Amino acid sequence: MNWKIRRFGQAVFTVWAVMTLAFFLTRMMPGNPVDAFVARVGPELDNPQEAYELAEVYMNINPQDPIHVAYVDYMIAMLQGDMGQSISQNASVAAIMGDAIPWTVFVMSWAIFIGFAVGISLGALMAYWEGSKFDVAITGYATIITSIPFYVLALLLLITFAYRLNWFPTSGRRPEGVEAGFNLPFMLGVIHHAALPVFSMFVGSGVASLTMRGNSIRVLGEDYLRVARLRGLADRTIAVRYVARNAILPMYTGLMIAIGSMFGGAIVLEEIFSYRGMGYYMIQAVRARDYPLMMGAFTVITIAVVIALLIADLTYGKIDPRAGSENREAF
Amino acid sequence: MNPDPTDGSATVRSDGGMVDSPFETTSSVEETRGDRIDRFLEGFVRTPWSILRDDWRAVAGFAILSVYVLLGTAGVYLVEPTHPAHGPRLLGPFENWQFPLGTTSSGRDILAMTVHSTPSILVMMASGAIFTVAVGTFFGVVAGYKGGMIDTVLSTITDVFINIPGLPLVIVLATLLEEWINNPVALGALLAVAAWAGLARAIRSQVLTLRSESFVESARAMDLPTRWVLSREILPHLMPYVVVNMVNAARSIIFAAVALYFLGVLPFSDSNWGVMLSNAYHAGALYRPAAYHWLLVPMIAISGIAIGLILLAQSLDRVFNPRARARHERGSGDAIEPDSEAETTQMTQV
Repeated sequence: MNWKIRRFGQAVFTVWAVMTLAFFLTRMMPGNPVDAFVARVGPELDNPQEAYELAEVYMNINPQDPIHVAYVDYMIAMLQGDMGQSISQNASVAAIMGDAIPWTVFVMSWAIFIGFAVGISLGALMAYWEGSKFDVAITGYATIITSIPFYVLALLLLITFAYRLNWFPTSGRRPEGVEAGFNLPFMLGVIHHAALPVFSMFVGSGVASLTMRGNSIRVLGEDYLRVARLRGLADRTIAVRYVARNAILPMYTGLMIAIGSMFGGAIVLEEIFSYRGMGYYMIQAVRARDYPLMMGAFTVITIAVVIALLIADLTYGKIDPRAGSENREAF
Repeated sequence: MNPDPTDGSATVRSDGGMVDSPFETTSSVEETRGDRIDRFLEGFVRTPWSILRDDWRAVAGFAILSVYVLLGTAGVYLVEPTHPAHGPRLLGPFENWQFPLGTTSSGRDILAMTVHSTPSILVMMASGAIFTVAVGTFFGVVAGYKGGMIDTVLSTITDVFINIPGLPLVIVLATLLEEWINNPVALGALLAVAAWAGLARAIRSQVLTLRSESFVESARAMDLPTRWVLSREILPHLMPYVVVNMVNAARSIIFAAVALYFLGVLPFSDSNWGVMLSNAYHAGALYRPAAYHWLLVPMIAISGIAIGLILLAQSLDRVFNPRARARHERGSGDAIEPDSEAETTQMTQV
């Protein structure tokens, strides 16, 4: 219980740290976005005072305020969900992000889920048939596939399945001319558009199968398995309760790191597929030097990852009773 | 605590008792400097070399990486740099031996562009890998060993960085710090910001098991300074893990760097693999079969170096595997028992 509260506190602390980092990067760095904004907008206005007010509208930071006042104002605005105004998109950052979040989460959660489900099953089969042709083939495949960056895979898949074979759309996130909502054509269209991004993410996740294979083989050599067999437990029980559970538990750490890197990878993927998610807007913002949108997207992506990791961590504590009990003396 | 040097050979103590404690026995054979050097060579050069020579993955990995190093050193002098309108536009590969890999839509020689981007990529890769491993190891070792308040502080920093998705953080920093990251070394360091935390956490958990080992406890009981315990007792035991992870970090640094160049986020002065990929993409190479080679060459360059690094990491895993070591230390290459497959711990899956 105590551990859960600490873990939750850590998540809150991380979000605070990221927001603070965003503030300092926006305001304190030499040549920072706020000063750059004022320097760019100021000369065009009749009243230079207006530039400062505009900076406050766009970035929640008034450059004339003393730093601690600006910081408090900024944090209050962020906590109220006000992330400022996008310069290039003519909308509030919160509105753009609110529109983009579900799409990124949709694609990423499917990619993570399918990637790990396939990886775990493949790894288990490889361990079961250790040394067979299947094992050798998949091990070789996983080694080669990890050496190809997922965005290279995405480009190759895009050329093959979208441009040459025309099986999938080349860009976009939803079908044209179909009313949005819970109707079949729209939902199928959305899946159709998400298929290639998801596929290119999960084809590259061969690592999961290799890790699972190694873990399963290690568990297969453990003494408690021999005892379980001597007790006459059914093979099924042994496979699921003993081998699978103990082999999957250590993969949780890998899953956690995968969540973070996949949300990061979403940026590249969404750019390649012109999939208008959080990462797509972040790159648009970087290109247009639209700092409010860029920092907003960064903050929102981080919060999404923090929440995903929090959920993963808390469920892990449920599965593995050993997690969280750590009591050590200090040297 | 401070042993008296004059007390070395005395067996009769002032209280008259004869002492035969194992703590006061000295070696009957003196170890000369030559022996020490020999032992060092055996442990760090001869045995690894013997293992590596027998492992096709190591041979292949080293061969691939040496090709890249050769390209980055000698190749730069052999292949002259290219410029726009150097040759015909979008010449296919293997058509004209003046431009073996073809040309871009502005008539630049693709082979020359690929070769001339190798040195900076290699420097960036090395710098990124070293920064990742140095920071990650420092945080992991100190946090795991010291415990208490220091652990809390260092682990909190580590956790914050694990929670921040790497690529977005690097993009933000690259955009805002544009003026400071104008050389490959700084760029590698910037990319390491996204990669060190996972390693730090993994190393910390390994140190947690090491810290209560008897050899560490005895070092602590002898009141050796913390720095000594960390560098002489703990670190050598982590070295295998650290080296393997350094190779893996190098791979993820390259992947991340090329991704950022592809996105057009990093500033660049000259063409490199990521910029080539980006230019080809924006020139419509995805739907122009005549430009496929423009996309494929950088893709192959990236994947090739990654394969070399992966093979190297897998074989290094074997070098440090005690079972493979024992076989080779005996100095004979007996029938090699099927080793359980290399369990290269992937810290950073991109």
